[in-house]
Amino acid sequence: MSTPVLELSGISKTFGAVRALSEVDFQVRPGEVVALLGDNGAGKSTLVKVIAGVHPADSGGSIAWDGKPVGISAPADAQRLGIATIYQDLALCDNLDIVGNLFLGNEKLHFPGTLDEVEMESRARELLDSLSVSIPDLRVPVASLSGGQRQIIAIARSLLGQPRVVMLDEPTAALGVAQTAQVLDLIERLRDQGLGVVLISHNMADVRAVADRAVVLRLGRNAGDFPIAETSYEEIVAAITGAADNPVSRRSDRTGSSALATEDNR
Amino acid sequence: MTQQTHLSHESEDGTPEAGEARRDPRLLATAASPRGWLQALRRNLRGGELGPLPVVVGLLLIGIVFQSMNDRFLSPQNLSNLTVQIAAVGLMTTGVIMVLLLGEIDLSIGSVSGLSAAVLAVLAVNTGLPEWAAIAAAVGVGLLIGLLHGVIFAKLGVPAFVVTLAGLLGWQGVHLYLMGADGTINTSPSGAIAMLTQTYFVPFMGWAIAGIVIVLYLIAVFAVERRRRLAGLPYKPLEEVLFRAALLTVPIVGGVWVLNQYKGVPLAFLIFVGFVVVLDLVLRKTRYGRMVYAVGGNSEAARRAGINVDLIRISVFGIASTLAALGGIMLVSRNFAASVSTGSGAELMMAIAAAVIGGTSLFGGRGNAYSALLGGLVLGAITSGLLLLQMDTSVRFMITAAVLLVAVILDAVSRRGRKTHARGGA
Repeated sequence: MSTPVLELSGISKTFGAVRALSEVDFQVRPGEVVALLGDNGAGKSTLVKVIAGVHPADSGGSIAWDGKPVGISAPADAQRLGIATIYQDLALCDNLDIVGNLFLGNEKLHFPGTLDEVEMESRARELLDSLSVSIPDLRVPVASLSGGQRQIIAIARSLLGQPRVVMLDEPTAALGVAQTAQVLDLIERLRDQGLGVVLISHNMADVRAVADRAVVLRLGRNAGDFPIAETSYEEIVAAITGAADNPVSRRSDRTGSSALATEDNR
Repeated sequence: MTQQTHLSHESEDGTPEAGEARRDPRLLATAASPRGWLQALRRNLRGGELGPLPVVVGLLLIGIVFQSMNDRFLSPQNLSNLTVQIAAVGLMTTGVIMVLLLGEIDLSIGSVSGLSAAVLAVLAVNTGLPEWAAIAAAVGVGLLIGLLHGVIFAKLGVPAFVVTLAGLLGWQGVHLYLMGADGTINTSPSGAIAMLTQTYFVPFMGWAIAGIVIVLYLIAVFAVERRRRLAGLPYKPLEEVLFRAALLTVPIVGGVWVLNQYKGVPLAFLIFVGFVVVLDLVLRKTRYGRMVYAVGGNSEAARRAGINVDLIRISVFGIASTLAALGGIMLVSRNFAASVSTGSGAELMMAIAAAVIGGTSLFGGRGNAYSALLGGLVLGAITSGLLLLQMDTSVRFMITAAVLLVAVILDAVSRRGRKTHARGGA
């Protein structure tokens, strides 16, 4: 196994009297898709925000980047290291075109300080080609794109900073079947390019489709780290809900394995 | 995507060009012929991309109607006066457009223009400051007021509507206080202030300016299209570039020709158009302009992209009030006087109406600087025509209201068109 590009150990985070994360360990290796799973309130979002630098972790734990200890206390720190985060609301400007959105805040300029649209459009075209994303006209406003295309543009934009770890918060939550497939394809291409991908999702079908490993959090603690290929759906659900006695397994006991089968073949 | 027809460029004229190699086949190609452009135009109109077409059609209609009722309407003298008359409110409109692009509103521009007029007159006449210094001071007052509005809005989070409503009242109060008991301060009819609206360029100068503008435009466009072709991006064919240049040349040459029939190109109009052109270039070609559109489109996205949203907001309010102050200076220049009523009449409403008629959305992120010129011309032409017909202000207000409503309805309908054609609803 290669060394993890990002490794968190013993990370805790308290908000007032609430301990949102306690002693959590988490690793991402290059070329690996890690699904971060957990029920609502399990601490997934908090962990992502710790990594993204939005909420610095409490002292005590340690974060290592390429095996070297680092501190992440602000979003800029995370970006400098090469961690890109795509939140659920995507943060695109609907009135700007695709090129404008891709380079927003990072525009390429000519000599007298004017925008170099030609350079930006060529770079955008190259970037989208490298991701095998086909969008005919890069000069249409982002508002005209489908949900999947918007997600892809948001991911592509984060790649301009040459990140090595990409964190995606519920990238397929609002998407239809075909669009979900587009986004999952893109996640696989990111993995093939050697990036570490952290995928937060409630959709077990997506997780099983693209993730290599599933890290489960429960009530702010590590509740399991499973290689997806060798783990059954029930084991992961048991880890998420914290017991074998949970609504999903009770239902499967009652109805045979049919409930799980449909769930799995979705 | 809602592309309906599968039409590749190669099948249109048989010869795939080098630059077309990477063109996506799903893109509808525009054939390089007048018929092709007409088709593209019809496609855009149906998709809700009206561009300046409604305003231009409106201007032509206004011209035809008023000319048929009074044959002095299209005379060079009337048109020349018209261009000077719209300069003051036009400058204010230019500032309003910046604020509208942010999705905000500035209600104080009328009062700021009035206050700037009062500052100018008091400094130049009562305290005897040189006129150029008084002009600079009036502009500076506008800038400071705008920055103050911007800081209260951006840093303290007070809605811009309320901040500038307070400005509307407060700065009018300061204006009245400065004017004192006199009510009117007459300025010199021959100084720097008066020169702003009394100067006309000799015909040669007008032609030289027009020529330089057109040549610069051509050079810039050819340079861009050449780079696009070399970079393998879709580019406009030569015929289309020349056609667009012709569309630009006709109003410029026509305008200079008409204005030269009277006294020449007026300095006031040139200042107004100059600000419009500079602002347009800033908005479209610079990082600052891109940031303004981004904040207007989605301020949270802009903030996450590392844009200093507060700074953009403060600067835009600063620009808007500065331009309002310039408008106030123009008002003084044209009337040779500042009075308690300068800038407190219909100027604010006219400026906002002109921006909307010109095609700038009230919802932020959509519009351009040329709205000020086009909208200003429409409202100026209506005012001028009704004055020629000796109609009352009451009629002018009613007709202006109707035009404004038509413009907003067109905007709303075309927005629906954009939505159904998936081009964004903003």
